[in-house]
Amino acid sequence: MSGRGQLVGGLMFLFATAAAPLLPDWIVSLATVALANALVVLGLVVLWRAGLVSFGQAIYYCIGAYAVALTARWTGFRDAFALVVIGGVAAGLVAALIGFLLARYREIFFAMLSLALSMILYGVLVKTESLGSTDGFSVATPTFLGFAPHRDTLGLSLYWLTLGVDAVCAVLISAYFRSVAGALAAPIRDNEIRVEFLGVSVASVVHAKVVISGILGGLGGALAALTIGHVDPNMSYWTTSGGFVFVTILAGASSVAAAFVGSLAYEAVRSFAFDLMPQLWQMTLGSVLLLTILFLPNGLGSLVSRVKRREEVKS
Amino acid sequence: MLTSFAILTDGLVYAAYLFIVAIGLTLIFGVMKILNVAHGSFYAFGAYGAATAVGIYANADWPAALGFLFMLVLAMTIGLVMGIILERGLLRQVYGKDEVITVLVTYATFLILEDVIVLLWGPQSYAAYQPMVSAGNIEIGGLVLSNYDILLVAIAAALALLAYWSLKFTRYGWLLTTVIFDRETAAAFGVNVTLIYTVTFIIGAVLGALGGAVMAPKIAVTLGIGVEVIVLAFAVVAIGGMGSIEGALVGALIVGICRAAAVHLVPQLELFVIYGVMALVLVVRPYGLFVRAQPRKI
Amino acid sequence: MLQSRRRIRYTLVGSAVATAMLASAQAQQSAAPAAAPVKLGIVSFLTGPAASPFGIPGRNGAEVVIEAFNSGKAPPPFDKVGLGGGKIEAKFVDEAGSAANVVTEYRNLVQRDQVDAVIGYVSSGSCLAVTPVAEELKELTVFYDCGTPRIFEEKARTYVFRVSPHATMDNVAAARYLLAKKKNLTSYSGINQNYAWGQDSWRDFVGAMKALAPTVEVDKVLFPKLFAGEYGAEVSTLLTSKSQALHTSFYDGDLEAFVYQEQARGLDKRMTVIMTTGEAAIWRLRDKLPDGTIIGGRGANGPLAADTAINKWFQKIYTERYNIPPTYPAYQMAQSLLGLKLAYEKAAKAGVKPTADEVAAAFKGIEFEGPAGHVKMALGDGHQGITETAYGTYRFNKQSREPEIVEIVRYPAECVNPPVGVDADKWIEEGMKGAKCN
Repeated sequence: MSGRGQLVGGLMFLFATAAAPLLPDWIVSLATVALANALVVLGLVVLWRAGLVSFGQAIYYCIGAYAVALTARWTGFRDAFALVVIGGVAAGLVAALIGFLLARYREIFFAMLSLALSMILYGVLVKTESLGSTDGFSVATPTFLGFAPHRDTLGLSLYWLTLGVDAVCAVLISAYFRSVAGALAAPIRDNEIRVEFLGVSVASVVHAKVVISGILGGLGGALAALTIGHVDPNMSYWTTSGGFVFVTILAGASSVAAAFVGSLAYEAVRSFAFDLMPQLWQMTLGSVLLLTILFLPNGLGSLVSRVKRREEVKS
Repeated sequence: MLTSFAILTDGLVYAAYLFIVAIGLTLIFGVMKILNVAHGSFYAFGAYGAATAVGIYANADWPAALGFLFMLVLAMTIGLVMGIILERGLLRQVYGKDEVITVLVTYATFLILEDVIVLLWGPQSYAAYQPMVSAGNIEIGGLVLSNYDILLVAIAAALALLAYWSLKFTRYGWLLTTVIFDRETAAAFGVNVTLIYTVTFIIGAVLGALGGAVMAPKIAVTLGIGVEVIVLAFAVVAIGGMGSIEGALVGALIVGICRAAAVHLVPQLELFVIYGVMALVLVVRPYGLFVRAQPRKI
Repeated sequence: MLQSRRRIRYTLVGSAVATAMLASAQAQQSAAPAAAPVKLGIVSFLTGPAASPFGIPGRNGAEVVIEAFNSGKAPPPFDKVGLGGGKIEAKFVDEAGSAANVVTEYRNLVQRDQVDAVIGYVSSGSCLAVTPVAEELKELTVFYDCGTPRIFEEKARTYVFRVSPHATMDNVAAARYLLAKKKNLTSYSGINQNYAWGQDSWRDFVGAMKALAPTVEVDKVLFPKLFAGEYGAEVSTLLTSKSQALHTSFYDGDLEAFVYQEQARGLDKRMTVIMTTGEAAIWRLRDKLPDGTIIGGRGANGPLAADTAINKWFQKIYTERYNIPPTYPAYQMAQSLLGLKLAYEKAAKAGVKPTADEVAAAFKGIEFEGPAGHVKMALGDGHQGITETAYGTYRFNKQSREPEIVEIVRYPAECVNPPVGVDADKWIEEGMKGAKCN
């Protein structure tokens, strides 16, 4: 992200922060959920740049969410900042572990193995009746460094927290993309063997990417758990992963901002589809997405790149 | 003893179900490298078509065998039409693009087709049990088996043999094998890859619809039957290896028997079986059971 | 100058979505009428496998009952037009999606569409996710179908109500009926879907059986995946079992598939099958459902309902409209709307719309007669209803070619529901003390 890009990003962040109290509550909650999901999508973008698509990313989302919910339930500890960190760390640890296995796979087998692992977690949670099986259980209302917001401002507080975490991750991941490990993604995608000949261990780079995407997924899941107030095993189901993959491809891998814009757009379209055509929302959603793919094959992010390119040509 | 026999028969029946459902997907996947999420829609349309067919012939009182044949033909025709429309109309637009884009297109198509089902058949569920009931049952060694299940196993076996024979002994089969092996070289040798793609996709669609039709008499034909089938089919394909018919067969058998054993002996594990098998196979054989020798691109 | 143009363009791209949503919200608000009409949000499964058995009958039940309310043609004491004189505008929303989607759509109904009350939810997961949000937003919410007792046992609620009894009574009554019918029972098995509903149903049934007949053994315990559809291995396992009875809480799609598959292999000839939600499927299975199956309907619904005037009225308006008799989800929706109407009109004062607090206060503890019998909001501090339930045996009448349920036994509400202040799970575990059966 160039200097100008950083400026624009910063401005959008300020705008999003300031606009929230003026927007109706339902838009704020919708946006919060979308922004939490955007972190998972960002993790998928990190992987996609290296040519890897994970159909099991929901496993980190679920782990992050359950880590938050269980910590609150078993220890009574409810600080939002700490809980989010716990969610990210828990998912990151699991990602580090299964990353040893996953880093050896590519293409469809990477996708299917990650799917299998997420479904195994799903099975374990479904069998755990003490955690409510498929009904799940609620997440306690969080506090913010000791300050317990009144019901009316809880939504805004969660929104700002999510926005804040998003901003931090956006900056960090942009830096990562500009680093050597991040820049290696495209070469690995094109021809791994040549990269190996350069002396780089592809497996460890891929492992690192799995861990990064895992942490991001966990952070997203933690924020989602706090916002929705409820966790259930469905968060690890393959259709949840499919939804994230969908948004990723919709958004495109061209920029960090794409993940956020794509996630917001998807949530808005889904909500519209529910509202306008309650019995045919799948068709509405599918059609909108199909049109997007056909006319914007590089995702929504390509809109931004197109604008950028036109400006550069003009100047 | 009875339990072992039951596990074997149950495993075969479930394997037949998995194989019939997965063979279309592995074909499309192997040749076109497309992960066709809309395969679930072919299955669903085949099932709904079969239900309609059963409704027609049950009221008109045809003999069971004729009715069954009619049901299969109607479903396969639906698959044919859908395959042509989807391939010509939609997939052609995205052939050159990233494979992941194609997956997205098939996923969006799947969403749309789910609601097309609602528009055509409504949200209620349909029954097509007549073929299964009229087939009757048979008692072997103390276990009552449904003749329809035996028929399913026979159909799966026939499909496997047909696929094997086509690939080994027909011109189309040879061309298909070369395209699976290396698309670019085949094209360089003058193989009409576009035509192969079209024909393969249509065959895959027909097989998917056939799978739905053949299963319809056993299940309740209702919304959402396509969704569960997709992940099962994908799992079998992943276990067997991309584009490998024998892989799909062996994969289906392994999953079928393991699942039957789990249900009889350790029911708590039933939920994990297919994913556990998939994870285990992939750990040992990262490209699936029957991996085609891939030339290394330096 | 170049920079500022690009900045504007970027900002527009980024906030286009938010602006569009805001515009839609404003349009909704300006289109909303002033005071008199009452807006209700009705949420149930309109897509997916749970639509056909539960979501759509629920939705249809809501539609006919609301029409009857709006025309003032419901039987007294429900004959006032709409709710307290204000016509009802119903908005139907799909329950499908993850918990995140359900909660988002609930917030949209309450905050964007500004409905006066929300009635809905089939899945217990949805109910559990929505409850804290309902309490946070102080929105009157009535759950019509979900079965988990957890909602009012975990915490006291103010704005959430459930007129329909929870699922505990289904399995307690099933145990009582089975033991009364098969006095020589020595062993039973179960096949239930592997998720909360199936697990809870089986646990309640086993607990009740243990309390009532401790010597009867459990043989095969099967938990196939939800919506598996293919039960060959399960049927084989049951065929090799020596049980005389089989408990299942399967519903529609899975239930139909299971019935077809087990019938083809004669399982029902070897053991009696108890279907705790079988009532919803009898009109579709008809002669395919074996005679002798024990049928439950989550209450005295459908053919299990008593022949009262109000039941006849509901059956008539529903069957006339949809050409099929109402099943228990439709009954549950009707009962929920009737209860809401009573509470609303009790709280309303001459022409002024009551607040959510006033309706909630009026709703607590009310009693009324609905198509499924007498309802008493007795549990959960007046928020959870109990009714009697009934179980019967299925028979397909070959002369009239119609399904029938015979040998109906009614169980009073206090016989099969836990007493006030006792958690359902604990009550069964400790032998169902305090049950008042006749």
